Amino acid sequence: MTTWRGAVGVPAARVEGPAKVSGRAGYAYDRPVADPAYAFPVQATIARGRVVSIDSAAAAAVEGVLAVVTHRDAARLADTEDAELAVLQSDAVGFRGQFVGVVIAETPQAARHAAGLVRVEYEQRPHDTELRADRPGLYAPEQVNGGFVTDTDEGDVDTALEAAAVSVDRVYTTPMEFNNPMEPHSSVAVWDPGEWDAGGGFAEDARLTLFDSTQGPHVVRSTLARVFGLPPERVRVISPYVGGGFGSKGMPHAHNVLAVVAARAVPGRPVKLALTRQQMFALAGHRTPTIQRVRLGAGEDGRLTAVAHEVVEHTSAIKEFAEQTAVGARMMYAAPNRRTSHRLAVLDVPVPSWMRAPGEAPGFFALEVAMDELAQACGLDPIELRARNDPEVDPESGRPWSGRHLVRCLREGAVRFGWAERTAPGTRLVGRELVGLGVAASTYPYYRFPGSRAVVAYEGGGRYTVRIGAADIGTGAWTALTQIAADALGCPLRAVRVEIGDSDLPAATVAGGSSGTTSWGSAVVAACRAFRHVYGEQPPAGAEAGADMPDDPDVERFAMHSFGAQFAEVRVDADTGEVRVSRMLGVFSVGRVVNPRTARSQFIGGMTMGLSMALHERGVLDHRTGHVINHDFAEYHIATHADVVDVDAVWLDEEDVHTGPLGARGIGEIGIVGAPAAIANAVHNATGVRVRDLPITPDVLLR
Amino acid sequence: MTPFEYLRAEDPAEAVAAVAGRPGAAFLGGGTNLVDHMKLGVAGPDLLVDVSRLPLDRVEETADGLRIGAAVRNSDLAAHPLVRERYPVLARALLSGASGQLRNVATTAGNLLQRTRCPYFQDVTTPCNKRVPGSGCSAIGGYTRYHAILGASEHCVATHPSDMAVAMVALDAVVVVLGPGGARTLPLAELYRLPGDAPERDTVLEHGDLITAVELPHLPFARRSAYRKVRDRASFSFALVSVAAALDLDGGRVRDVRLALGGVAHRPWRAARAEEELRGGPATEDAFRRAAEAELIAARPLPGNAFKVAMTRNAVVATLRALAEEGR
Repeated sequence: MTTWRGAVGVPAARVEGPAKVSGRAGYAYDRPVADPAYAFPVQATIARGRVVSIDSAAAAAVEGVLAVVTHRDAARLADTEDAELAVLQSDAVGFRGQFVGVVIAETPQAARHAAGLVRVEYEQRPHDTELRADRPGLYAPEQVNGGFVTDTDEGDVDTALEAAAVSVDRVYTTPMEFNNPMEPHSSVAVWDPGEWDAGGGFAEDARLTLFDSTQGPHVVRSTLARVFGLPPERVRVISPYVGGGFGSKGMPHAHNVLAVVAARAVPGRPVKLALTRQQMFALAGHRTPTIQRVRLGAGEDGRLTAVAHEVVEHTSAIKEFAEQTAVGARMMYAAPNRRTSHRLAVLDVPVPSWMRAPGEAPGFFALEVAMDELAQACGLDPIELRARNDPEVDPESGRPWSGRHLVRCLREGAVRFGWAERTAPGTRLVGRELVGLGVAASTYPYYRFPGSRAVVAYEGGGRYTVRIGAADIGTGAWTALTQIAADALGCPLRAVRVEIGDSDLPAATVAGGSSGTTSWGSAVVAACRAFRHVYGEQPPAGAEAGADMPDDPDVERFAMHSFGAQFAEVRVDADTGEVRVSRMLGVFSVGRVVNPRTARSQFIGGMTMGLSMALHERGVLDHRTGHVINHDFAEYHIATHADVVDVDAVWLDEEDVHTGPLGARGIGEIGIVGAPAAIANAVHNATGVRVRDLPITPDVLLR
Repeated sequence: MTPFEYLRAEDPAEAVAAVAGRPGAAFLGGGTNLVDHMKLGVAGPDLLVDVSRLPLDRVEETADGLRIGAAVRNSDLAAHPLVRERYPVLARALLSGASGQLRNVATTAGNLLQRTRCPYFQDVTTPCNKRVPGSGCSAIGGYTRYHAILGASEHCVATHPSDMAVAMVALDAVVVVLGPGGARTLPLAELYRLPGDAPERDTVLEHGDLITAVELPHLPFARRSAYRKVRDRASFSFALVSVAAALDLDGGRVRDVRLALGGVAHRPWRAARAEEELRGGPATEDAFRRAAEAELIAARPLPGNAFKVAMTRNAVVATLRALAEEGR
């Protein structure tokens, strides 16, 4: 066992913090490259059909324009199976906003101006972007995101619901949501050598370097190598600093390919591409809207007999993504009869993708509001209802929990938050504000992805370097890995330098699924142990050892999930229906916390995103045009500082002995899960109005 | 962005001459709206005449009230002691608009002349009569949450986005305009147009007309005034509806009142009908409600913004009630 000697568990300041606040941290687009050119995309203005003609003469005539590339002359890609990434390979248009061309110019201004002058004519076909539960053609995908089965059916749900003394049967909806990080998606593509043979093929030794903003440089490398038909070792992706991702930078998107295609069109010139905020609403992924029917059956004592969670959501006509919205209902509560399902509508919409806690975030809005409705129907305190339905073992797998402390989180939170002050719905008027408290449970699975490797090198003078191709997207991974390595090596924090964010470093999995610290950290611990095993405490300068992330046999023996309790206090203006969240508290059980400072930031960041989901975020698809019409930050509302009054997070002091050497389960996503339900439940407590459709805007509470 | 020339004007007359002499020219104030439009392709001036550094950046006390230079920054105006003391409704309206960073740059005249935030107006891939006359109104039948319930037409249902202007309309502000033919003044309420069949024209100004100042007349009872903005989030969002009000009480009766609404029409909406109902009547919640309802008889909501009628009524009642309570 590694002894945690004092670095892990300490609220160490971010090791990259000084570089970030002093402007020395080089984000992708800022990377100085020799003689750069700038790309600006041309986007489809129809949602379905094909391009019939493109007139780029006016664009090409703009001073400083180097090239205008369309499907007619773009480099042919080696692999076009992923239609999202098959950029400029055909005349087909599958969603509005899709790339139909790109202008490359000496300045970003010239490129943007010229892109506006490209005239594209289309043969437009009828499109369909509207999600409805009663529409024909809904289908069951082969599996849902995360590799989960699409449907489950345990016991006899229908009979149990019919026989239930108390039941809830409601439909909940969440809108299209966008995880637009502060730093837009950007790529700088550099071919070396810049020339290629007369036939347009790559030189034998052609190498591609991409400065990128990504959650996984190795994933981008392997994907681009495949798409462009290059051996992976001739592609390098460099991404040390990332200004937020929230899943939207978890896998490569079309802009990565477009930057590389653009660079091929201007031999010898590196090409810089940054999406605008508006473009990100079509090209960087989004969360599908959901329509969720939740049915709960219970005895008069509130003990659940049946849980059914049936979800309808959308995917894009060009690529399937099936959010695993109902998966959480399979394991959350002890009901003998359980049914979950996912049905997809294929629509002419941009490609949905990962957004913070895909599955759990929208799913637990529905499930946890339904639980609040059940508590009300049974006349039970919502915390007591959840305690009565806390399963001894995982209802789905029958395995014991590696550590399920949901009820402790709820009870601890109730004391800290002043839950006892909660009154009957609609009874607490303070001035002109209706005040209410709400609670919801939260969970997120422990994911541990294989495929990471770390290398430790001794530089002499008491200094070590740890290399792993991981990504810090603002989470604090850089700092946490330094702490983990320092303790595993038995040296002070300052003796360790971590290198991440480069595909030339040892392979690492994506920063996703709240898996980074545990997966990469396990590899780092293994590498440090291997290093000490070979070289002992007095290594020679230049000594180096590496290790892969070891397997964890407990993964097959235990059900491993983090849990949490979310509390919210809201104040609803009795005149206008405006909702302000005056207090939020999250109590989490996540195993060991490596860095309390960055962990707290992750928790309250997730809760804030949940607040935003509860009250603000709604992508408005105009079904006539097929695009999101409120596609900027003035119109697509996310919570502002003024909306976030008092958000606090605490956690149980624990370790999960089944999750490898760290005893940690990951913290990046659980903060958002359940937060919207806690707020919706607080709104009900304040007003007596049950809102089942997000976001909760003033008009729905107006009297 | 269309390439353009840039000229920094040395004095107002030069600025007016420069713009008046070139059809594609535009004045540049703080640039918080125009520059966005240039990036989005909504506007493409071939000459920008920068008026932000003209000597129009002072707030002065005059015999008749207060004179606000056109280039006074929104944050400076909101913080001005005389504004805070005599016209709190204006200070509060300013501070409820935009963000701190934008207010530090945005000018008084630029704020008045900012254009609608209708998302279809701002998206050049959709038809819009205000942007391209005759092309159609995409908002009708589309996303209308922030659109007008009063004074709209079949050609345009956009709202004016300013908070400051709503307060100024309530305060009977007058704008001073310098045009190619000389200077003139007009009431702010008459600066703005309803869309009618020419929604491309927000105001009655002609090309080359430059607002040089805004004058606020004395209104002693405006010391008891308030601005209430109802919105989807606590900061940096446009009004769903807003209310600017000043109330003059005589015991339990309304001696005088100023009332204007934002977020409901193509221009800041002076609620004259409601004022008339209120004057001389009791300062009670019922009377406030009846007055608001009288104003809203003319409301013609769209499918996506019917809630604004009740929201406006409630906001008017809440604002007047708070002012009346303050006065007791």
